[in-house]
Amino acid sequence: MLEVRSVSKRFGGAEVVSNVSLGVGQGAIAGLIGPNGAGKTTLFNLIAGSFAPSSGDILLEGAAITREAAHRRLKRGLGRTFQIPKPFAEMTLIENMLAAAQGQRGESLFANWLTPRRVAAEERANAEKAMAHLEFLGLARLAREPARVLSGGQRKLLELGRVLMADPRIILLDEPGAGVNPALLDTIIDRVIEINRRGITFLIIEHNMDLVARLCGHVFVLAAGRMLFEGAPSEVVRNPQVIDAYLGTGST
Amino acid sequence: MLDILAYAAFFLVTALTYGIICLGLNVQWGQTGLFNVGVAGFVAIGAYVSALLTTPETAGRFGGFGLPVWFGWIAAMVVSGAAAALIGAITLRLRADYLAITTFGIAIAIQLVALNAETLTGGPFGIGFIPRAFGGLEDRPIIFNLANLAMVGTVTALLYYALERLVRSPWGRVLRAIREDEAAALSLGKNANLFRIQAFALGSAIMGLAGAVQAHFIGFIAPENYISTLTFQVWAMLIIGGSGNNRGALLGAVLVWGLWSVTGAMLAAFVPGEYQARAAALQIVLIGVALAALLVLRPRGLLGEEKMISRFLKG
Ligand SMILES: Nc1ncnc2c1ncn2[C@@H]1O[C@H](COP(=O)(O)OP(=O)(O)O)[C@@H](O)[C@H]1O
Ligand SMILES: [Mg+2]
Repeated sequence: MLEVRSVSKRFGGAEVVSNVSLGVGQGAIAGLIGPNGAGKTTLFNLIAGSFAPSSGDILLEGAAITREAAHRRLKRGLGRTFQIPKPFAEMTLIENMLAAAQGQRGESLFANWLTPRRVAAEERANAEKAMAHLEFLGLARLAREPARVLSGGQRKLLELGRVLMADPRIILLDEPGAGVNPALLDTIIDRVIEINRRGITFLIIEHNMDLVARLCGHVFVLAAGRMLFEGAPSEVVRNPQVIDAYLGTGST
Repeated sequence: MLDILAYAAFFLVTALTYGIICLGLNVQWGQTGLFNVGVAGFVAIGAYVSALLTTPETAGRFGGFGLPVWFGWIAAMVVSGAAAALIGAITLRLRADYLAITTFGIAIAIQLVALNAETLTGGPFGIGFIPRAFGGLEDRPIIFNLANLAMVGTVTALLYYALERLVRSPWGRVLRAIREDEAAALSLGKNANLFRIQAFALGSAIMGLAGAVQAHFIGFIAPENYISTLTFQVWAMLIIGGSGNNRGALLGAVLVWGLWSVTGAMLAAFVPGEYQARAAALQIVLIGVALAALLVLRPRGLLGEEKMISRFLKG
């Protein structure tokens, strides 16, 4: 599904991601862990196209997307969320969701003047779909509130919902559990499993090993930009190198 | 009494043409956050394009195709919009400050071309004998001004309606999304640059239209109409009326043009002839002071940005 081949990224002099390779199979939920500053988010940004790698290749369903613009990748089925959620704060939840729908006629300037009925019909269909997703994520009663009123966990859910609007085939989640209260955390885990059951692949950055163990079949461990280890969650927590990397930096 | 009516109609037509420019700037700045400091340049393109296409043939000058006025209007929009799209494609990839510098430079360049390319633009004397809408009524000022007011009012209303529809459309929603968080918008498949270029071109096309409407109302254009004073006036109108609000754009245009006209008349009446050119600078200062005072009292302008929601989602 997703293949990262020997990817490196330098910012100025510092190499933040060094020669990293990983593969995520269709239908899997893979984890990506590592101490703070390991380069996990940077690797997501490379996969999502926020910037291009200094070297290496990224393949999505066999096609090289290494240098494709970020805004083209969702059409290929690759969706992502952000470590610090980026809701459109002044827009309502339902508008956040609608903005994420793909291939809208109404997003072309002239269609709004020339074929307003078709735009309206499309908008109604998308609104219905958006409400169904909000229902699924437990956000339906907030649909008409501006996104800025959401708690941290709700923001994570809204970001997931926005990505779902685009019918992705793989979703990258950056720390879905960070700063989320325990009750909401269960909802998030639950929903990820449910979405995965529908055939959607996940790659998840997460610090909470409990969450990782519940969700992920396979885990990649990144430390100081390098792939340190990969295996099942139970192997990861027992691996001395991994334990060292976490204790060595004094983080979680 | 009739004189006052004629003048009021004349005043409103002029104010509304500024209002149209403001609506264009509101698409760029209010809706998209594009800092265009070359407004005068795009108005000039519209005015000159329409003038060249619609005037009768003139010896020693290019153009003079004698085409109908409505054709001039459309061509003004197309050429201004296309020029902006080109500039946008080159500069909007870069950051916002580049757009400001570029538009500033381009407006100056356009004014210099208007001033110096005599065979194209008539040079410093400009272009006269531009066919006026309802030109047949010219010798009856009241009827002529009222007819023009009806027409320009209709154009403004249609434009307002079309833009309001756009603000509440999925297209407008993408612009808001990009303004709120560009990285998120990109990750959701929105080509931010393309939308910015569209908004820039649309706004400039509207400015071009306003230039043409003005030209066909007055019947005469010259390079000195399109200096940076015009850009300043339009910005003051939009900020005072309320950036991000189409009604604010129109209200600001009428108020600021009113202030401009009143102070102009007062200067003409009370300042001796030899000082008048210098006293004109006072008008700019006055608008600047009004602007500053208002921004202290009402930072978002008189009407302020409207809460937008897609028109299909109301209720
Ligand atoms: N745009 C950037 N420019 C320079 N350095 C960056 C940039 N983005 C990330 N870094 C650096 O890369 C390193 C890895 O960051 P990041 O990928 O966010 O780590 P993680 O997500 O694993 O905590 C950090 O040292 C960070 O300072
Ligand atoms: Mg991170």
